[in-house]
Amino acid sequence: MATFVVRRLIASLFILLAATYLMYILTALSGDPLEDLRTSTAPNKEQLIASRTALLHLDVPPYLRYFIWLFGVSKCFIGQCDLGVTVQNQPVNVLLAQAAGSTLQLVTLAALVAVILGIVVGITTALRQYSGYDYGVTFLSFLFFSLPIFWVAVLLKQYTAIGFNDFLYDPQIALWLIPILALLAGVIWMSILPGTGRRRLATFGIAAGVTAAVLVYMQLSNWFTYPHIGIVGIVLTSVGIALGVTAISTGLKRRRALYASLVVAGVGIAVYFPFMLWLSYYLNIGTFVLVAVITVVVSFAIGWFMGGDDRMPVARTAAITGFLVGGIIALDRYLSVWDDYAASDRIKGRPIATIGSATPGLEGSIWIHGIDTFAHLLLPTLALILISFATYTRYTRASLLEVMNQDYIRTARSKGLTERTVVVRHAFRNALIPIATIVAFDIGGIIGGAVITERVFGWVGMGQLFQNGLDHVDPNPVMAFFLVTGGLAILFNLLADLLYAGLDPRIRVS
Amino acid sequence: MSNIPPAIEQPGHHAPGVTDSENSIEAKEVEGLSQGQIVRKRFFRHRGALIAMVALVFIIVLAFTSVGIKFGDVKSGGWWPYTWNIAVDIENAGRPTLSLFPFVIGNHPFGQDEVGRDIFAVVMRGTQQSLMIMVIVGAIATFIGTVIGAIAGYYRGWTDAVLMRFTDVIITIPVIVIGAVLGRRYGIQGAQVLAVILGLVLWTGLARLVRGEFLSLREREFVDAARVAGARDRRIIFRHILPNAIGVIIVNATLLMAAAILIETGLSFLGYGVQAPDTSLGKIISENQGAFSTRPWLFWWPGLFIIAIALCVNFIGDGLRDAFDPRQRRMPTDRALSRARFVGRNA
Repeated sequence: MATFVVRRLIASLFILLAATYLMYILTALSGDPLEDLRTSTAPNKEQLIASRTALLHLDVPPYLRYFIWLFGVSKCFIGQCDLGVTVQNQPVNVLLAQAAGSTLQLVTLAALVAVILGIVVGITTALRQYSGYDYGVTFLSFLFFSLPIFWVAVLLKQYTAIGFNDFLYDPQIALWLIPILALLAGVIWMSILPGTGRRRLATFGIAAGVTAAVLVYMQLSNWFTYPHIGIVGIVLTSVGIALGVTAISTGLKRRRALYASLVVAGVGIAVYFPFMLWLSYYLNIGTFVLVAVITVVVSFAIGWFMGGDDRMPVARTAAITGFLVGGIIALDRYLSVWDDYAASDRIKGRPIATIGSATPGLEGSIWIHGIDTFAHLLLPTLALILISFATYTRYTRASLLEVMNQDYIRTARSKGLTERTVVVRHAFRNALIPIATIVAFDIGGIIGGAVITERVFGWVGMGQLFQNGLDHVDPNPVMAFFLVTGGLAILFNLLADLLYAGLDPRIRVS
Repeated sequence: MSNIPPAIEQPGHHAPGVTDSENSIEAKEVEGLSQGQIVRKRFFRHRGALIAMVALVFIIVLAFTSVGIKFGDVKSGGWWPYTWNIAVDIENAGRPTLSLFPFVIGNHPFGQDEVGRDIFAVVMRGTQQSLMIMVIVGAIATFIGTVIGAIAGYYRGWTDAVLMRFTDVIITIPVIVIGAVLGRRYGIQGAQVLAVILGLVLWTGLARLVRGEFLSLREREFVDAARVAGARDRRIIFRHILPNAIGVIIVNATLLMAAAILIETGLSFLGYGVQAPDTSLGKIISENQGAFSTRPWLFWWPGLFIIAIALCVNFIGDGLRDAFDPRQRRMPTDRALSRARFVGRNA
């Protein structure tokens, strides 16, 4: 395994080297870096040209200039990165450090959401093949494939942001909309969940009823102005999470796993008030992460001690439950500062942002800043995930269908395994192999999409770094951008290879 | 059915979970037909693909006849009274005159921009450019991808290693990034040059797929048979293996064309694609982004045409996939199933 990783790493490094060389040459040759000076009328034109030539080593031909750049980059190994300077004589290191944060945040969130949603929807469509739900999702994913990302981004900016902000100004759900939304929810849940006849009817009734009740409650409690989950909501969702995670992870028949995740949910509910009213006021980003880690570790330990003979699956179930319950409680804490945030003088009651990655000059706790980041990430992330989501859904569906037709699935069924075990353990694990390839391959596409999305939403990120560099025929910022994206692409390909090795024992052997 | 072709009875053709009656429907459908006929028949059965094809043909005819063709010095006028680069008097404050109830086309169905150019003509010209770019990119990328993939997969060893590492290098650079860098230099030379450039970078995915296909096909018996019969490498590659991989190639070529149209519009949006005075669908949107709140139609129509073209091509690709890949075939309808059972019982 170690030799496999090392061999892959070395090969990847050489590929990255070749790709950077290609990019450097192409960028350097894409135009004339002195064009603006040549056409200028400044009296000291010659001097300006000479100084820029000296600054960017323009007297060295590009295929050799690359090695000057590479020498600066190679100093990264001794901790003194030198990515060169831009046309304006700003060090690229500093620019990259400013830009990378917001872009990576955007790309990571979009990729995560798209992968999770895509795989979940893909699985459900494959399991309900040729249902109305399947056809609907298929058509939607074809539509999403065909959407130009900048067009969606502009539409989202114009309609979603402005429309939703107007709605938040006077949050009243129209009365006729409640039954329509309830019926819609009922139909969607009915087509996803299994069963026939009366069971489907029951699903429809419950889903529609719950949706209507939640909407009416939101309306009456002025939810959109003072959003909250509250202790009742926390209890319901925590128990729901415990049941759901256990059902998927080990099956409800494993009593120990069920009890362990219920205990974890109970602990979550017990610390709710201390957390909301006391602990959360003392957190900063570092301690927040620490609390999250402690949550998962404690949940894992609870599972471990309650696990009995076969501890690992129980501990895993408890850890996932703990993570999700913690997430819900944190979400409630974020929501509790929503009205302060929306009413603050920086926001002026229009919380969904269309420009930039953070509100300048905003002061407040990490919760306020978290909400602010979320409000800025919402639209670009939506624009980015639509397209990747469609790809992942289609591939997951195709891959799972292919696996479900294999002989070993029939064998698994015929030896009496439950449907959950067949789908989760036998089918899904194998279906993941092609999906891993697609996700690794697609990460470059998400970054490319981010370049366009950032421009529409006015983010100061790596897309802007790239575009400014390219407009000035300045290879240094372009290469800084490419070092990050190319490095990410290679890293993800490596991760995909490792994932294969984890999923498919045959690859590990050879 | 007593005369089921023997091929159906072979293991591997008998898909697990498929009952005999389903297989006999399949057998009856393909009986006595050539490969091309089977594919055509399956393709026409895919309703989405059929509708998409009609719609695409309509768009192509509309785009090329309405404002005429201008290719270098060759020019021909169209039946539409306005052209895409000449401004006329603004009517109706530039609003679209198209309405469905009552159905009126009017002088400027898609409206006018602030200088008075007819948006229908502009969108048609943009559609022409985008379609042309799509076809050129598709042709070049498919050709390069097929050749590189075929050579790498057939010869294996060093050839394979070198070609695939080269492919890896290109794949590492996001398409929009390398497209922007190349488009900045070559976009100014016109849409055709841009299309060629895009074709030169978009072949990588197809090359990997074709290589995989060749790697498995070259081990099959019919290739051994051809080699024993004395066929040269070139003949084996082009006459024996390639026809068997044609399904993968065609399907992915269509998907590639759908991707190409989106990449071109994205590049034009960023300013590295088609350059003024020429226009493309992405460029129209990019130019009119700021005018969204005052003249939204400048934004709606080009976007709708991009989506329509990409959606049609994607659906056609899906139909071709179903047609070429019998594993992903449709489920027979209940009626067809019961009829097949009935026929099977009486045989």
